[in-house]
Amino acid sequence: MYDVVIIGAGVVGSMMARLLSAFELSVCVLEKENDVSNGATKANSGIVHAGFDAVEGTLKAKLNVRGSQMMPKICKELGVDYKNNGSLVIGFCDEDKNTLLKLFLRGQKNGVKGLEILDRDALLKKEPNVSHNAVCALWAPTGAIVSPYELAIAAMGNAMDNGVRLKLDFEVKSIKKECEAYVISSDKETVLARYVINAAGVFADRVAKMIGDNSFKIHARRGEYVLLDSECGNTVSHTIFTTPTKMGKGILVSPTVHNNLLLGPTSEDIENKEDKSTTQKGLFNVIMSAEKSVDNIPRNKTITSFCGLRAVGDTGDFIINSPVKGFINLAGIESPGLSASPAIAEYALTMLKNQGLATVKKSSFNPIRKSAHYFKYASTEEKNEIIKRDSAFGRIICRCETVTEGEILYAIRTNPKPRDLDGIKRRTRAQMGRCQGGFCSPYITEILARELNIPVEKVTKCGGKSIINTGKTKEETLND
Amino acid sequence: MTELVIIGGGPAGMSAAVAAYERGIRDILILERDSSLGGILQQCIHNGFGLHKFGEELTGPEYALKYINMVFKRHIRYKLNTMVLDITNNKVITATNETDGIFKIEAKAVILAMGCRERPKGALNIAGTRPSGIYTAGTAQKFVNMKGYMPGKNVVILGSGDIGLIMARRMTLEGAKVHAVCELMPYSGGLPRNIEQCLNDFNIPLKLSHTVTKIHGKERLEGVTIARVDESRNPIPETEEYISCDTLLLSVGLIPENELSKTAKVELSHITSGAVVDQDRQTNAEGIFACGNVLHVHDLVDFVSEEAEIAGKSAAEYINGTLKKTVNIPIKTDGKVRYSVPQMITREKDITVYFRVADVFHNVKINVKNENGELVFSKRRTKAVPGEMESITIKEDKIKNAKELYIELEE
Repeated sequence: MYDVVIIGAGVVGSMMARLLSAFELSVCVLEKENDVSNGATKANSGIVHAGFDAVEGTLKAKLNVRGSQMMPKICKELGVDYKNNGSLVIGFCDEDKNTLLKLFLRGQKNGVKGLEILDRDALLKKEPNVSHNAVCALWAPTGAIVSPYELAIAAMGNAMDNGVRLKLDFEVKSIKKECEAYVISSDKETVLARYVINAAGVFADRVAKMIGDNSFKIHARRGEYVLLDSECGNTVSHTIFTTPTKMGKGILVSPTVHNNLLLGPTSEDIENKEDKSTTQKGLFNVIMSAEKSVDNIPRNKTITSFCGLRAVGDTGDFIINSPVKGFINLAGIESPGLSASPAIAEYALTMLKNQGLATVKKSSFNPIRKSAHYFKYASTEEKNEIIKRDSAFGRIICRCETVTEGEILYAIRTNPKPRDLDGIKRRTRAQMGRCQGGFCSPYITEILARELNIPVEKVTKCGGKSIINTGKTKEETLND
Repeated sequence: MTELVIIGGGPAGMSAAVAAYERGIRDILILERDSSLGGILQQCIHNGFGLHKFGEELTGPEYALKYINMVFKRHIRYKLNTMVLDITNNKVITATNETDGIFKIEAKAVILAMGCRERPKGALNIAGTRPSGIYTAGTAQKFVNMKGYMPGKNVVILGSGDIGLIMARRMTLEGAKVHAVCELMPYSGGLPRNIEQCLNDFNIPLKLSHTVTKIHGKERLEGVTIARVDESRNPIPETEEYISCDTLLLSVGLIPENELSKTAKVELSHITSGAVVDQDRQTNAEGIFACGNVLHVHDLVDFVSEEAEIAGKSAAEYINGTLKKTVNIPIKTDGKVRYSVPQMITREKDITVYFRVADVFHNVKINVKNENGELVFSKRRTKAVPGEMESITIKEDKIKNAKELYIELEE
């Protein structure tokens, strides 16, 4: 029996797992997908929000500000790129200016430091490519960017290095309470737990229902994005938001930590919680809206578009509670969920303690994780030392992002181990560049087959039926 | 210090190396990122190469072998599995491989011959899901011809570039069913002979003015929605049609791979995405030359070899100190002529100018005028299409005293 079972390996589940791995506890994470970070964590804006959006006094406000303060240290420990680039919310009219003033005051109440209202000149000085129609802006110097999936992968990897168990392809179908234990079952397997953390994203309501908690509903909000080449990240240096409305923070324009330019998301509530398809209308709106706030967006440098689903609760706030003893919901973690994730884990730990979980610090806990990017950031001398020891680091597989075979092999052998092309992509950035895997995917397919000891035809893009090749050519079939 | 470093050991790089050698340069080093010389030719196992250059019909690997043998015979040095990471404006090259690690080379002259890459699906913003089963035609070609694997069995191809056409035939020969080739434009960008031999001979429909509007399938591709497009290339919803397929191949354009040229501060053309060069294929960065598909996308490898010979020869002259610029005559185009290579004349001699037209034209005159609007050259063409590169040769005496040349199409 595990002390704690976490359902869901998104950024919230992963942060929770990492935090718990610092204690003498047996912890298991159950994830229905083929890899960690495959839900909302995979496809969001990657913004560490300053914390002026959420209404004061809410969990969103409290945990956002705390989370964003915790983020730099965590990213450093986990070897995850984090950049404090600051954010600007721009306004186009007097009404917007009033909203920005409200946000300014709210931010101050929430404890956000350094907020300033800028006039047009100050704004253009800070961000020359911002639309000349903008008349004012709210400047938040504590805003930052991070790669959300890299953060979740690193947190889970670190948790696993410290003893946490991860079970992928484990879709929870039922939860029963028997004596002191929760019995959690998929179609194939059952695990027992003293405490359960429900971090199941868009499906958190379904999981809560399994223990009889019908108190909340989660719906999926579609967000479509357009991503531009890594030579476009300097179009703007800050994250540019438009003045928010009821449906969210609008279409943002932001550099990513890898210097791509990210445009999006749209905001559309949809029925199907699995439907991650983009729409013509959505992608068109993303580009149109982005071009309203920023000039000179090089849209011909688009390299991909994608869609994510945010888990939106029905209370307006994060839904963090314990409907029955030993079961904690971390639900409705929409924006600013990524920013708040470390603080959400901390908050949930306090709840667990209050319910009797004994937390004895683990002396062997190591908070440091080395990501596959360690090679990229090494000096030339260090790189040459590494290549001398392992020549695979001298062999470039992904030309666009300059990723070596050594980095790919390192990622394949490091927790949480990737099992498909998309998993390699999120860990190493190979296939993430301007040719989108055109050159390197045949090589990575072979490397994966070799390392996983499976036939090339069994290698997938993202698990399940997503095979890359359907079979051999006629000649190869004859040779068999 | 190495006299001549050539980035890329494909047809352009090898041909340039041989040409420079023939002009007396011995200290040559080719840096090739793949595990053999030959570049993309190695996966082009179909025939049709070499008709212009060698007067015989060769496969890609056979054509490559001719040049590999020339390189071997001359003992021209090369490094394989070597990726160039950076080139500075003063010709210091940083590269990496398994045996040397990360190393630097100073060069007297550099020839850029990195080739091109395919435009990926992501660049098109096609709506829908992101399943497996979507590849560029070249990636599929690599799987089939080099690795021996079939990327799929039921295929739709978007884009009628030559690689797409070649792969339509290749997949059919390997037992796959190619349902359609959709082309956004009202004409194909591929060579007429490829449409004949790769589509018509196999009864594969070519749907002009059609595009893919939606991708279906969660894990593996399950189908695509295609639609006719109107004159402004917008899909017409009423014409939407679903085709069940497990594979979508894309042949929607090639982009010269000039990331290194940018590190060397080489000026690039917005139209070709390649360097701006003079008749010697020298870029604005002195001693840095460019040729082949990194400069502009060619129809035939034979023309790549020819262009690379110019670059190799010029680099040799540059190294020997005999390459002297005497004039500065920009060549401009009218839009109907999309671009020209070279874009600049810096020496007075007979100049062959290569160019592409922007649309399909019938019965046109290609006129070259000087800055005063005086006609210095004119040629009739019964048909000019974007898929076929055109060339004209302007005599030295016509260039004399010109300040600017202007190529236009008279209908």
